[in-house]
Amino acid sequence: MAGLELLSDQGYRVDGRRAGELRKIQARMGVFAQADGSAYIEQGNTKALAVVYGPHEIRGSRARALPDRALVNCQYSSATFSTGERKRRPHGDRKSCEMGLQLRQTFEAAILTQLHPRSQIDIYVQVLQADGGTYAACVNAATLAVLDAGIPMRDFVCACSAGFVDGTALADLSHVEEAAGGPQLALALLPASGQIALLEMDARLHEDHLERVLEAAAQAARDVHTLLDLVVRQHVREASILLGD
Amino acid sequence: MAMEMRLPVARKPLSERLGRDTKKHLVVPGDTITTDTGFMRGHGTYMGEEKLIASVAGSVERVNKLICVKALKTRYIGEVGDIVVGRITEVQQKRWKVETNSRLDSVLLLSSMNLPGGELRRRSAEDELAMRGYLQEGDLISAEVQAVFSDGAVSLHTRSLKYGKLGQGVLVQVSPSLVKRQKTHFHDLPCGASVILGNNGFIWIYPTPEHKEEEAGGFMANLEPVSLADREVISRLRNCIVSLVTQRMMLYDTSILYCYEASLPHQIKDILKPEIMEEIVMETRQRLLEQEG
Repeated sequence: MAGLELLSDQGYRVDGRRAGELRKIQARMGVFAQADGSAYIEQGNTKALAVVYGPHEIRGSRARALPDRALVNCQYSSATFSTGERKRRPHGDRKSCEMGLQLRQTFEAAILTQLHPRSQIDIYVQVLQADGGTYAACVNAATLAVLDAGIPMRDFVCACSAGFVDGTALADLSHVEEAAGGPQLALALLPASGQIALLEMDARLHEDHLERVLEAAAQAARDVHTLLDLVVRQHVREASILLGD
Repeated sequence: MAMEMRLPVARKPLSERLGRDTKKHLVVPGDTITTDTGFMRGHGTYMGEEKLIASVAGSVERVNKLICVKALKTRYIGEVGDIVVGRITEVQQKRWKVETNSRLDSVLLLSSMNLPGGELRRRSAEDELAMRGYLQEGDLISAEVQAVFSDGAVSLHTRSLKYGKLGQGVLVQVSPSLVKRQKTHFHDLPCGASVILGNNGFIWIYPTPEHKEEEAGGFMANLEPVSLADREVISRLRNCIVSLVTQRMMLYDTSILYCYEASLPHQIKDILKPEIMEEIVMETRQRLLEQEG
């Protein structure tokens, strides 16, 4: 878009944020009583809901059971009303399948699957409103939901997107910034150890800039971790008080 | 015709209203519990780089040298002697697979099952062929845990007349961590209904049978119509249990009974409204505190 300035001279982005600033994050755990674990997250205008069932017996084909670990099954779905134009197919299309696969890779790295052989863990994520950074919001919501279900994980999985405009790395891209066509990167991180669970980029970025963009995404993911950590501690504290000592 | 409309409003979390804090050590995954290598690691922890790290969000429990982290809610983990309520999912060659809200489906062997009439004999091939006549997919049973296999799957038995197929009633599914361990889990409440508090979080509410059937051995499902008064008692009990669970109170016969009595002034369908739920459970909490202290 010709007239749209993604980064002004004073260093402000389209929505008034600085280059490394995140959008406002609000999250809640335990939103559904009937699921084993559930969570809802809002990152700016992106809203995602995650529901976890498991670990439970493998339904369907018994042949898929792994003798030494749990099977992690992820499904991504975006509501028909989530984008500007009404979406025809909420799930089952190519992008949703790819997202599901990426989520599965991310969570297989973080969940301690060796503790639950021959069982299955289902993670369902739905995007209610998509305003950029949908993969990141899904991963963050799913982390909270998995924690709510009491499934053992190595660490939190915190994700954030990052882009590169005018020599500056931007963190947590909104839809406007994503649609502008620049390079964008999605990073899922295990904050305590700094290990990367998933790194995804499908645009062209010069090798020299990669380091900076990666660092911006990593710092943003660590900031997300600080917030999610607070949410989980608050939730655990409240439940602990209600249960009594 | 009168219509009721409700609008969402932000409410203060109940823990603030209680005005007390927890003394437990709370952790989230990735937190270091201790760097002392003398401790043994229990559930909910793992060893990483010479440190003991938590893997679930919950409270740390320490017994001498063993450290474990108890998660807020988990699936049911079987222990020998527990009473469970389960649903049959499969009929296999010499056993039934029962869903009990645990990691793997539980197993009910044909030889662990009571035959009608209470006979004790070796199970023959005819018994095997007639398995579906006793229990089909979708039936609810109450049973006791006989053994736990090495992978965590649980083996059940119904070798007593009080266990067996369940007839008419209401099932409530809650988290297993909220069911208190007691001497007996079969309760006949004075309000007119009976309840089975399964350790796996499945709670069965049913009308108190008029006379104890000795011969049936728990297989004859009583299909007589249940009276309206009984139905109302059962519905009220079910709503009370749901409100106790929403406010995270432990479930046992006394707490359910007190909650039932506290809910009597309200209509059955009003019990599920958030403000009335809080009021009833507050009253129950106070009564329980008075009774104990």
